[in-house]
Amino acid sequence: MQIIQTDLLCIGAGLAGERVAIEAAGNGFSVICLSLVPARRSHSSAAQGGMQAALGNCVMGEGDSPDVHFQDTVKGSDWGCDQEVARLFVDGGPIAMRQMAFWGVPWNRVVPGEHTYYKGGKPFTAIEKQEKEGLITARNFGGTAKWRTCYTSDGTGHAVLYTLDNKAAQMGVEVHDKTEAVALIHDGETCMGAIVRCLKTGELRAYLARATLVATGGFGRIYRESTNAVINDGGGLIVALDTGVAMLGNMEAVQFHPTGIVPTDILVTEGCRGDGGTLLDVNEYRFMPDYEPEKAELASRDVVSRRMTEHMRKGLGVKSAYGDHLWLDIRHLGEKHIRHNLREVDEICQSFLGRDPLYQLIPVRPTQHYSMGGLRTNKDGAAYGLKGLFSAGEAACWDMHGFNRLGGNSLAETIVAGMIVGGKVVEFLAGTDTVFKTKCVREAFDAQQGRIDRLLAGQNGAESAYAIRDAMFDSIMVGAGIFRNGRDLDECVKTLQVLHERAGRVGLRSDGLGANPEQALALKIQGMVKLALCVAYGALMRTESRGAHTREDFPERNDRDWLSRTLATWKDGADLPTLHYEPATQTFEIPPGDRGYGGGKIIPMQTEQGR
Amino acid sequence: MARTLRFNIFRYNPRNPASVAHMREYSLGETESMTLFIALNRIREEQDPSLQFDFCCRAGICGACAMVVNGKPGLACHTKTKDMPGEISLMPLPFFKLVGDLSVDTGSWFRGMYQKVESWVHTSKTFDPAAEEERMDNELAEKIYELDRCIECGCCVAACGTALMREDFLGAVALNRVARFLIDPRDERTEKEYFDVVGSDDGVFGCMGLLACEDVCPKDIPLQDQLGMLRRKMALAAVRGMLPKFLRKD
Ligand SMILES: Cc1cc2nc3c(=O)[nH]c(=O)nc-3n(C[C@H](O)[C@H](O)[C@H](O)COP(=O)(O)OP(=O)(O)OC[C@H]3O[C@@H](n4cnc5c(N)ncnc54)[C@H](O)[C@@H]3O)c2cc1C
Repeated sequence: MQIIQTDLLCIGAGLAGERVAIEAAGNGFSVICLSLVPARRSHSSAAQGGMQAALGNCVMGEGDSPDVHFQDTVKGSDWGCDQEVARLFVDGGPIAMRQMAFWGVPWNRVVPGEHTYYKGGKPFTAIEKQEKEGLITARNFGGTAKWRTCYTSDGTGHAVLYTLDNKAAQMGVEVHDKTEAVALIHDGETCMGAIVRCLKTGELRAYLARATLVATGGFGRIYRESTNAVINDGGGLIVALDTGVAMLGNMEAVQFHPTGIVPTDILVTEGCRGDGGTLLDVNEYRFMPDYEPEKAELASRDVVSRRMTEHMRKGLGVKSAYGDHLWLDIRHLGEKHIRHNLREVDEICQSFLGRDPLYQLIPVRPTQHYSMGGLRTNKDGAAYGLKGLFSAGEAACWDMHGFNRLGGNSLAETIVAGMIVGGKVVEFLAGTDTVFKTKCVREAFDAQQGRIDRLLAGQNGAESAYAIRDAMFDSIMVGAGIFRNGRDLDECVKTLQVLHERAGRVGLRSDGLGANPEQALALKIQGMVKLALCVAYGALMRTESRGAHTREDFPERNDRDWLSRTLATWKDGADLPTLHYEPATQTFEIPPGDRGYGGGKIIPMQTEQGR
Repeated sequence: MARTLRFNIFRYNPRNPASVAHMREYSLGETESMTLFIALNRIREEQDPSLQFDFCCRAGICGACAMVVNGKPGLACHTKTKDMPGEISLMPLPFFKLVGDLSVDTGSWFRGMYQKVESWVHTSKTFDPAAEEERMDNELAEKIYELDRCIECGCCVAACGTALMREDFLGAVALNRVARFLIDPRDERTEKEYFDVVGSDDGVFGCMGLLACEDVCPKDIPLQDQLGMLRRKMALAAVRGMLPKFLRKD
């Protein structure tokens, strides 16, 4: 058994993982980041739009402050977030952005003078102030009172990830790419590292670490139509759930983005609508103002996605071989804007659809996009249930997003949480020593090697991992899609339970040697079904509508009974998660109220808050 | 009528002692809007689950899926089958270490490159969390971003005649990286320090000017312009190095 030892093991080398890594390395600790792909190919690189931070430099951001950002975030979350964490986040935002500028991010800057901007497809002029010249500027994103989304053209995630990975290289952070964590090493109380499969050779290794961070991003790939990278299959959450003690929070809170293109589900950024793009139906009629007179296309994502679905259900979608869709129209933004500020969008349309967005409409529909749920941590990023285990970024349920995260808030979360959790990891490393129990290491290693050996020997059965995955896709989209109801969810949970059992009988059709891709899926498929069950079962039990979780049979947001966070654990041998609940937030800066968009009734909180 | 596409795909699994490098043929019915991403996944799932290849973002942003398509390096996710002849040959990128079939190890090479060119902002300042950010002209920010758009797919190196002959050649991607820092005022490196990195035959003076790098770059980065700019600067720096001290500026 090859054993590698380090102070901090980051499972994930996207923005969150690397930001934590840099903090630890900067304080003299040894750090190894694992990643399925070279760090810079992590999904963070695909984020185009930008990061929210209340800098208030641009004219449309004037008067912005962390307080205003806080309100937007809490409203966006439909009061599902932890308000103490949301406060930490908004206060840290401006510092984190400036630090990124210091490390090399080429943020777009304020250009003084008169500019033409668009809102709701209509042009207006505004004058950027001379005294703000050269400071970090911002663009508009949905669900925000001010323009506060910092950006670099439309490659924000790319630019920030490249800068962070440069910084990580400078600090001596080791990145072991093409590796996959397949289990955590733990004794039920303390996490001691991970068992890792090398994706170049197929061999297993043990990494021993005093602190382990799960920063594996979202798990969108339990859905068939997802904007996420194909590697976003929830591996980090699976290994955490498998411990039986770590908890996953609010797994039913899944965000759908209004504008995934049809057919390939590639995202076109919210920046399109922020800059003035509009949504049209089969008659090329702009329908959003009818539903949301004030915010129109720029209401929060859950609202826009639902309104689009509602409109398509009225038969007003555009029929295509790949199902119904609507149109996104950015033609009026003009050549300079489209070819330059929205260049990635332009490229996506031309390369993947063969359409020119300057002259043609873009086929879009709501597509799975973001996982609000994840490994539940406290405000320091320390996971519930296991000492020495931390989490940050999309993989974590830290929880500033509650039941709906705002565009621009998640990319910002990765570096703000990375900064804060990184600091806490450093405190932990400075103050704690870990005993590595060889028995735990050996048992964890043998268990994984045993799984592989049985798979290679064909001892489990002959089920196809691909067939199970496809059945999971079908089932979860019917049960836990944009609109949900008790009957479909019940059916979905039952189907997934059967798939969970079948997933235990997977066999290989190929030889399984080396970095065999079929083996990778075979080892993971049961875990993916478990995640799907956490989503569907959590959604079934949550008999209310909040943020992205919309129950047709329980349309009210029920603050009386459900101002709470779902926590899921998985007992050995079970075929359903065990659910627990905790209050959504311990402190209230803003008591639950109306979001101001999305409609919907509220059952008010009573003196004693929900469960 | 829908075509039946014939794929000739390079197969070799270094982890299987019985495996020998060979081309294997697969046929697949073409569907509307088909890309190599769709095609390869279908081949793997329907015909040959051992087939190794890399995709990640599948949207032309992350650079994972570079391979040699009918003789030319490019991103597979970007490649629409309708633009291709009925027979498509796929090979792994040369130059990088083979993992298996169409999958190569770009990560190790690129991490080595970061260290060689010290791919980070060199500054003597420390970050002050209480201070306003340093101002920058928006146009300059956009110029830096233009060079930061590289996705490290490796196509330019794989297509480079010099790199194939000379293992230590930095390649267009590294020279572009240096240019990115050279125009960034936050990086305090002097021309002489840059010269030490790229002013040799492994750097700017090794390029034979075959232009293949720019030709294959999926992001259309003007790689040759950067090379030209660096060459002029480095030649100047070299000349300055020969001047008597009182005439030097750095
Ligand atoms: C198309 C798209 C556009 C977006 N645009 C925006 C935007 O404009 N603004 C915004 O705020 N948010 C945006 N988001 C969301 C945002 O990009 C993500 O939430 C964020 O980048 C996640 O960063 P992360 O560091 O948590 O995870 P990631 O960047 O996904 O990194 C995860 C890392 O974990 C590794 N990993 C995963 N599993 C394992 C395993 N088992 N073993 C080892 N390593 C593993 C991966 O290789 C990777 O290195 C967008 C999302 C999508 C899908």
